[in-house]
Amino acid sequence: MTDARPILLTRLCLGLSLALGGCITVKAPDKPIVIELNVNIKQEVIYRLSGDAAQTIDKNAEIF
Amino acid sequence: MVMGKPVIRSAIAMKLAAIGMATGAAMMAMPAAAQVRDPVYSSARAEGKVGEQVNGYLGFVTPAGPDLKKVIEDLNIRRRAVYAEKAKATSATIEEYALTSGCLLISHTAPGEKYQAPDGSWQTRTAAPPLRDPRCP
Repeated sequence: MTDARPILLTRLCLGLSLALGGCITVKAPDKPIVIELNVNIKQEVIYRLSGDAAQTIDKNAEIF
Repeated sequence: MVMGKPVIRSAIAMKLAAIGMATGAAMMAMPAAAQVRDPVYSSARAEGKVGEQVNGYLGFVTPAGPDLKKVIEDLNIRRRAVYAEKAKATSATIEEYALTSGCLLISHTAPGEKYQAPDGSWQTRTAAPPLRDPRCP
């Protein structure tokens, strides 16, 4: 009966450390951050700029 | 003898003017972009070696040689300079202006040319509308 407690405690500690370890190793890769910048550009901004951008493309045809 | 030179000169000038007019007429018959694009870029674009990316810059569909790489990188630098100038004038960021241009440039691709789909994959333009970002106008 007295031996049961330490075993239970060690199991609990093992489980906790595994759970914590799992949490720490989760890392976000670098690539999605670049995509996020594009996602942040709102549709209304694109609509506002589209007329100006169309003219820019026509006037600078040699680079487009 | 002294009088001869101006006569020759004016004859040459007339010939040059005629050549100029003929070239002008030939260029007018060509599509707007074809007459101004660098021939290296123009052929690489037609062959599907380079395509329009979502971000408003040109990208390589297949690994490029040094000559093509230089031409395309130079065009992208010039595009960025134009985007930067226009972004400032419209109180937008370079990325916003470039992405908007990318939307339009993908729409402007001709059938057979390459463009980048929103998932990043290279697509060949057909007669159908291109696959674009849902935010594109």
